[in-house]
Amino acid sequence: MSIFVDETTKVIYQGLTGSAGRFYGLRNREYGTQVVAGTNPRRAGTDVEGIPVYGTMREAVAATGANASCIFVPAPGVESAVMEAAESGVTFIAVITEGVPAQDEARFFNRLKRDFPSVRLLGPNCPGIITPGKCNIGITAGEIATPGGPVGIVSRSGTLTYQALYELTQKGIGQTTCVGIGGDPVPGTTFIDCLEAFEADPETKAVILIGEIGGAEEEKAAAYIGSSMSKPVVAYIAGVTAPPGKKMGHAGAIISGSQGTAQAKMEALRKAGARVAVNPTEAGELMAEVVAGLRG
Amino acid sequence: MDLFEYQGKQYFARFGIPVSPGGVADTVDEAVAQADRLGFPVVVKAQVQVGGRGKAGGIKLAQSADEVRTHASNILGMDIRGHTVHRVWIERASDIAREFYASFTLDRGARKHLGMVSARGGVDIEQVAAEEPQAIARLHIDPVDGLDEAGARRLVEQAGLDEAARAGATDILLKLYRCFVEGDADLVEINPLILTPDGRVHALDAKVSLDNNAEFRHPEWAEYKATEELDEREQLARSKGLQYIGLSGSVGIIANGAGLAMSTLDVVNQVGGSPANFLDIGGGADAEVMANALEVINTDHNVRSILINIFGGITRGEEVANGIVQALGRVQITSPIVVRIDGTNAEQGRAILAEHASEQLLSQPTMLDAARKAVELAKAAGVEARA
Repeated sequence: MSIFVDETTKVIYQGLTGSAGRFYGLRNREYGTQVVAGTNPRRAGTDVEGIPVYGTMREAVAATGANASCIFVPAPGVESAVMEAAESGVTFIAVITEGVPAQDEARFFNRLKRDFPSVRLLGPNCPGIITPGKCNIGITAGEIATPGGPVGIVSRSGTLTYQALYELTQKGIGQTTCVGIGGDPVPGTTFIDCLEAFEADPETKAVILIGEIGGAEEEKAAAYIGSSMSKPVVAYIAGVTAPPGKKMGHAGAIISGSQGTAQAKMEALRKAGARVAVNPTEAGELMAEVVAGLRG
Repeated sequence: MDLFEYQGKQYFARFGIPVSPGGVADTVDEAVAQADRLGFPVVVKAQVQVGGRGKAGGIKLAQSADEVRTHASNILGMDIRGHTVHRVWIERASDIAREFYASFTLDRGARKHLGMVSARGGVDIEQVAAEEPQAIARLHIDPVDGLDEAGARRLVEQAGLDEAARAGATDILLKLYRCFVEGDADLVEINPLILTPDGRVHALDAKVSLDNNAEFRHPEWAEYKATEELDEREQLARSKGLQYIGLSGSVGIIANGAGLAMSTLDVVNQVGGSPANFLDIGGGADAEVMANALEVINTDHNVRSILINIFGGITRGEEVANGIVQALGRVQITSPIVVRIDGTNAEQGRAILAEHASEQLLSQPTMLDAARKAVELAKAAGVEARA
């Protein structure tokens, strides 16, 4: 089992004909993902190494029966791409594109929530999602993941997501699904969405949560872990030494005053019963202990 | 991108929000000329992007040209909490009957817009929020619907603004909301929003923070970018497409990805060192990018060692290693460099680094080992530098 995506997921790449869309679309197909189509109104009828390109999402869905979309179009076109995907009937939309204006994100997130409540949006500005051995949507290097579980990963940071996958793989621990939710101001999918799904997934036995400074999402996740999670959680928060008031790359990674500091988040997670690591390697080590306990 | 007060007021004016007439001045003579044009009394206001200007003596009332001259010469060049004043804003002084607060921002937790209005303006609003949260009226706005007049009026009434100010404040809120949404701001804030004795409501201050991601649809932002307060290195880094933030330590940091870069700072700190910077080179790690990053770090004279922390995903280890080796051929580096490559094809990458290993270039297998080595080298070099 897995969460959100698996071997039955059929994905359309919006922006397949662009350089990033093509590169990752083909890589994802090579990994085993069902990459069934691309869209581009100016390239309808062509193909990208055998993947058919349609003019619209509606046509692509009608022709392929796809149920998911992965968006690589440039930031100015993301809002209309998301709405077009939702209107076409797909129920999972991952937006990899970075640099999407916050006002656009706020609008399309709330529009989906209201008009397309069954659609799950992931991102924008995220690495995507991988269910190892079955489906890889986005820019994660599939080689560093290990199929079979029992650990689920949810992370707000791209490279730290890979780091977490790698730490587990190095220790011979597999993953059910790894979700990069992205660090933008209005993430379509939150920590709690993923924690709920992992809690409900019988194959996921434990979860790694990787957060960073800024916002209050990790604190909210901590509250959920404390009240509703039966599965063990290992957490790591980046940004302990980040100076206040400075943006550190991610739009999400900004702190003002004592709000959203790494310390506050770590404390909240610890109180909720999570095991909190001080660096990514330790997160891997703590998870190895947890997994050993499960086996024993 | 944060705007200076005068830019914020100009931005407000585009959306029809009433502000005091005024003008900018970079010299004392210009300040006097602006004041003569506006008519006395005027207020001379330091233009810096930091709070507490008034307390620091950066805001002064002037009744005459002589007073403008005195205040402007005191304020220009003044240091306010680490920010040097290069420009003043001269504006016509306003009679104030009441001071309010109004703002719009994105509430990330709720994933909705948040409007806040208070009758307790003119003071530190964060203090009001902490001590008397009920003194601030809050309204969550669905970005799909936007703010309508009824919503704006409700906010004003809930905040308990004076009867005389309500119509004016409602009108300003609607315009401020448009400024927030159409103007692609992360934050728009008026503190104080004033009521004059003759019943007019207008913005006496302006705080506007723009969303850099929306720059593509705002060609008019070019003038704000030109005056943005960045230190030299941040400017150099930005011109090369790198994310750099200067810190005060001695270990220069280069990493790919914001999360990994932050994590690298943390680990350096954990092993007893102090990071000199945050530098995220993003996805690629070719020779060009690496050379640019090293060049930026090179301009920081506090740096005693450099830690390069790269996690190869799509970018393979050997590409990263080759990039570093080539970059070293192009940039003259004095500090020793410790490299940690992990992820896809890390072994091949480390083998390439091993071929080029020297006192200048070391490779370590893990993030922790690399951080320890870099900190040790920085400390040794620091001792040498003092001796």
